[in-house]
Formats: sequence, structure tokens, C-alpha cells
Amino acid sequence: MADIVQSWLPGGLSETAKAPIRKRGLRRLMRRHSMIAFLMCLPLIAIVVGLIIYPAFYSIYLSMLNKAQTRFIGLSNFTYLLSRDVFWMVVRQSAIFALSAVLFKALIGLITAHLINNLPAKGQRKWRGMLLVPWVIPLALSSLGWWWLFDPTHSAFNWFLQLLGFEEIPWLSDPYWARFSVILVNVWYGAPFFLIMYLAALKSVPEQLYEAASIDGASAWQKFVHITLPMMQNIIAITVLFSLIVTFANFDIVQIMTAGGPRNMTHVFATYSFLLGIRSGDLPLGAATSLFMFPILAIAAVFILRGVRKRGREIG
Amino acid sequence: MRSRATRRTVLKNAALAFAAGITAPYVRGAYAAGKLTLGCWDHWVPGANSALTKICNEWGEKNKVEVHIDYITSQGEKDKLTAAAEAQAGTGHDIMSHRDWNVQIHQRLLEPLDDVVGQLIKQYGPISPVAEYLAKIKGTWRGVPTAVGSQVKPCQSRFDLYQEHCGIDLRAMFPADESKYDKAKIDTWTWDVYLDSAQKLHKAGFPVGLPMGQTSDAVDWVGALFMSFGAVLIDEKDNIKVNSDETRTVLEYLKKLMAVNPPEVYAWDDAGNNRWIISGKGSGIMNPPSSWAVAKRDNPTVAEKLWTHAMPRGPKGRFVGQLPQFYGLWAFSKNKPAAKDLLLHMSQRESMQELVEASIGYDLPSFKSMYDFPTWKVVGPPVGTVYSYPPRGDEQTSIAAAPARAEVGAQIYNQAINTVMVSKFTQGNEKLDDVIKWAERELEGTLRV
Repeated sequence: MADIVQSWLPGGLSETAKAPIRKRGLRRLMRRHSMIAFLMCLPLIAIVVGLIIYPAFYSIYLSMLNKAQTRFIGLSNFTYLLSRDVFWMVVRQSAIFALSAVLFKALIGLITAHLINNLPAKGQRKWRGMLLVPWVIPLALSSLGWWWLFDPTHSAFNWFLQLLGFEEIPWLSDPYWARFSVILVNVWYGAPFFLIMYLAALKSVPEQLYEAASIDGASAWQKFVHITLPMMQNIIAITVLFSLIVTFANFDIVQIMTAGGPRNMTHVFATYSFLLGIRSGDLPLGAATSLFMFPILAIAAVFILRGVRKRGREIG
Repeated sequence: MRSRATRRTVLKNAALAFAAGITAPYVRGAYAAGKLTLGCWDHWVPGANSALTKICNEWGEKNKVEVHIDYITSQGEKDKLTAAAEAQAGTGHDIMSHRDWNVQIHQRLLEPLDDVVGQLIKQYGPISPVAEYLAKIKGTWRGVPTAVGSQVKPCQSRFDLYQEHCGIDLRAMFPADESKYDKAKIDTWTWDVYLDSAQKLHKAGFPVGLPMGQTSDAVDWVGALFMSFGAVLIDEKDNIKVNSDETRTVLEYLKKLMAVNPPEVYAWDDAGNNRWIISGKGSGIMNPPSSWAVAKRDNPTVAEKLWTHAMPRGPKGRFVGQLPQFYGLWAFSKNKPAAKDLLLHMSQRESMQELVEASIGYDLPSFKSMYDFPTWKVVGPPVGTVYSYPPRGDEQTSIAAAPARAEVGAQIYNQAINTVMVSKFTQGNEKLDDVIKWAERELEGTLRV
């Protein structure tokens, strides 16, 4: 056996001679940029695999088991959900919640980014810092603060409204007002993200384009429509996609403020999944509920990213 | 200097090591009998956790077992999340607290505890039927009922307002001494009288506050009311029974009762009704004495006028919602005999008395024979305010969703099908038939295996 191994060694090197070659090889490997990059990314890769990829596959597996997790039942959990009224209500509510919140976040982000961009450079930093506060506070904490403001019995907003002579508003006890309230908090929390992204995009638009447009007599609106918006299209698309994913999967705001009530009318995928999986003890059904988000978001991602690629090619 | 290992020294050392190895388990060190870890519900009453720690440590020292307790809050269902994670991972604490339906949910991973509960029943007599319904699965006990965190949700009323606006003397009706209970007087306390007084109190500007959200306080009192009217959602043989005259009667009754509640009750969580009574705006809620204890601290003038007493009686009897807690022993525990011994120790009358005292009477044992602890008689002000907190007289304990199979009940209860039904009818103004049809479809879903 030893002879066979020996025959593979070029020139039949002795063991002592082989060691420096191995060392040199390792050193060369370590010197490669790709290797260093890989090693530096390794902790992140481990986190992504351990906390995202593995749980994702595990939840797919879980969603195909029966309630007791003792039997494989294929797609029964999914077909069961599709036959439930409450589930379809959750789908509708998730769509209303995510789409309206993202729309308002984008609008508010765009307007405030413009306002800040037009401020003198000295004052900008102050405003940027202040407007980022909602995004920096832990969401669970700020949701609790909002819940106190909307408190069903002792709402601070209602106290103020009454002081001004207006009627109280059933912020959380009326299902439609409750929907409005959770969307409002989401917009408050998420708008600064849009603001900062749009501000960065605005800063990257070459000043010469605006100067040329001014010479041609373009109005502010024309500059916005024909220069700013086209230059920002990709960043708008990416920001919307990212926010759509995060908003669709939101849990904290709804769970803290309404826990899905009244009458299940504020549940979104994540809170309904928590209700079925953890509170009611049907983990497979909870997993199936949360997995319904995946195809919806995947389709949105495909369309948005296709647009981004297309525009990239046009520019290129 | 080099030491030489001779054949003789090697043999001598090996013999010594062998002897030490086989005698070690019989040498009683500080924690010779190993270690036990407990994941316990974090009590909201300051000092109540310390009482439990003391009981466990005393046992640990006596039995040479190292006991470690993690107190896990039920805020945001963290205790349930921890139990679910441990069940999935197959590792974690040895003993775990399980609230309400969690024994059902994790039954396959919980060690049978018939020997422990059997011994307790032998010592203390009959156990609460709700505890049996929740933890005795197919004839096997999978959890030991504990006093810690266990509760019923009877009426807690402002006796001054009831006297002034309704002419009802609650303290005379439910005195702090069961031997002085007058059946004739108590029989007059019915759901009809409750509605009538609620209307008067609403008119006087002090409405009762009955939660109608999707959390346990709401589900429990509505469950007890349904029982009193004989309205059943699903029976023990999986027959959906919601479409009945009893359901229609109780929903019509609720339409009138909810009209004299503050409109925000549909958004209340389990603390909403507490805040309502503590604020002084309300005249009555249905809750354990936690609200009285907080009022004692935050609004003593209200606390002095609170009286806990039995629920009203309906056509089918007088029922109160009960939510017991249990300790379960995971099947993957490595120290089962010690864990069972600790569970037995924690459930002894003396331990229970300490726990009830530490919780100012909030914790409720599952054995009726323990309802004579002095705590409920002596705490105040007013003295005797929580005497009728443990069910006495003709009051029976119940849990919403019973008598459905407990696995089905867990779904009905946690998805709050009963209160959503009521909200659809009373707040959403949906037609009664549509609400019942909706409930039938939802209940059908809970029967899937």
C-alpha cells in the first residue's frame, strides 16, 4: 500500500521535503483574494444557513405534517387553508396592509427627501438625524408607545380630540379604524428608510442635468418628471421591493396593537401564523400559513427585479 | 527527574481508580443526586416567585439535588414559545409550566404522571374537573395541576355602586363565611338580574366592563355564560352543536348586555378590564383578584369597595371560567424520579398554602379541600373581599369549548371562536343565522386531525 502511495509522489520526494511544499501551497491559497473573501464571509454564510436557509426548508417540511407531526400529509394543510374564510380575510388584509403602507411610505419618503435635499447643507444633517429616529427605535418599543396613544379606554389622542371639542375615535375597537391605526404606525416606522434611500439617490443625480434643463426653460415639475424620477427609478423599485417584503412579513405592530382583533379583522400572515402555530399548537398549519407569503413575494420580486435589469441594460 | 511507571504502580493506580468509580454515586456530596431545571411561569405578584424558589430549594437541599428555576413571562406568550421550542428541539428544562391547553398540545412529549397525581388525589380528595379535562389524556395524567397562576374568573364588583343604583347588597349575598351563605338570596343572583343591574349601572354612568376581544379573559366569561345557558359549540363526540336554540338565546341576551358595556371592550386585552375597574369608571368586571391587588396599590379608595363573588346563575346552572396551570415533565428529562418527587413536594398542602399566601390569594389550588386556607378570609381591605374567589356554594368551574374533545377545544379556545361570534353579532351587526353559519364552518375546521 505504501508503495502505491509513493508512486504518486513526483520524483518520490521524502516526507521532510514534502512539508515546505504543503506550507507554500497553503500560503498561496490564503493569498488568493477569493479565498480571503470567502473566509471573511464565512460567519455570515453560517448565520444565513443556520438562521434562514435551514429554518426555511424546515418550515416547508413542517407544513407537510399533520397536527401531531407524526404523519406526512402532503399539501393538505395548504388546501385546508384555502378553504377557510378567515384565511382569505387574512390574505386580503395582508395585501391592504402591505400595499397601502408601502405606497404611503414611498410618497412620504419622496416628499421629505426632496425637502431635505433643498435645505442648506448645514441644516441637513440635523433634519436627517431627527427624521431617522422612528426607524432607529426598536419596533416593539415604539409600537407599545403607539398602543398607549391609541389605548381603547384612555387614548391620549382621544383626550386631545375631546379637548378640541371633537368626538372620540374608536382607534382600536372598530375594525376599520384598527386597520388604519396599524397601517399608520407602519408608515411612521418605515418612511425614514425610504427617505434615506431617496436622499442618497437624489444626491447622485448630476447637477449639470438640472442646469441644462433650466437653460431650456424647464419648470420644477418638468425637472422632477423628466430628470429626477427617471434617474431614481431603480432605487425606487429596489426600495419598494425591500419594503414590501418587510411589511408583508410584519408581526410586531399588529401583534402589539390589536393581536389580530377585533373579529380577526387586522390579522396579517405573521400574526395569524403565530395564532395557529404557537397559541393553538398546530405548528404545521402555522408554518403553511407563513409559507403563503413566499409565492406572493417571489412574484413581486421577479417583476420588480426584471424592471430594474431592463433599465440597467438600457442605461448600459 | 524521570519517574518510572512500574507494572506494580500501574496496577495499584488502576485498582484505586476502579474503586473510586464504583463507590462515587454513594458518596453524598452537596448535589450527589444530580440536577433539575424548571421553566416556571413568571408570577406577576411581587414575591410570589420567591415562595416557589424557597419551596424548591428546601427540597433540593434535603435531597441533594441542585435545583435551578428560570421564570419565564407569559407576556407575548414567551412561555408557550419556550415550550414549543423545547418540544421541537427535544431538549431543555426537566419540568415546564404549562398554561391552559399546553398539556394537550405537548401531550406526546410529556411523561405520564399518574403516580404523582394519584397520590395527591388520595391525599386531598377530588380534583377540579377542568384540570382533569385539560391534563388527563386518554386516561393518563400528563401534567400535575398547580396553584401557581391557576385562576377562576368570577364577578368582581363595586358593592357601593350595586347598593346605590341597583339596591343589591353583594356583601350580604356572598358573606365572607360559607356557613352564612343563604341559598334563597344567592338564587336571586341570575343572568337576568345581572343584565338589569348592568343597564341601571350604565344609566348611572358606571357601566360594567366585560371584554369581548380574543384573549382569555373574554373567552372565559363568555364560555361560562354559554354553559349557563346550555349553549354548546361541539359535543364530546365531535358533533357540531352550535346551531341550537340555546345559542340563539344566549346571543340575543348578549346583544342586550353588550349594548350597556363601553364600546372599547372589543379591543381590550386581558388588562383592559383591570384598568377599567381600577380607574373608578366601572362598576364590575369578571376577573381574578389581580385587579383588586393592583387597585390596592394604585387606587385604594376603589379597592376598598371591591367585592369578589360568584357568577350569575343561568337556566343550566352557575358556572365560572377556570384556567388551571400545570407542571409537565418532559419525556427527555434525565432525572425523572427526582422530578416526580419534587412535583409531589410542591403540591403538598403546606407548599400550596405558602404559594396562596405569597400571591395574596390569586393562586388557586385544584383541590377543593384546600379552599379553606386562611388567606382568602383575612386579606383586605375590605376584609373578606376575596373570600368567594374560590368557587363556593353551587358555583361550578368550566372552561370555554368544553365538552369538545380537548384537542378540538384547544383550537376553539385559542382562536376565540365564541367571542368572534358574539362580536360579529353585537358589534358587526351581522345576521344571527349568518353568524351561526360562520361558526359552523370554523368549528368544522377545528375537527381536522
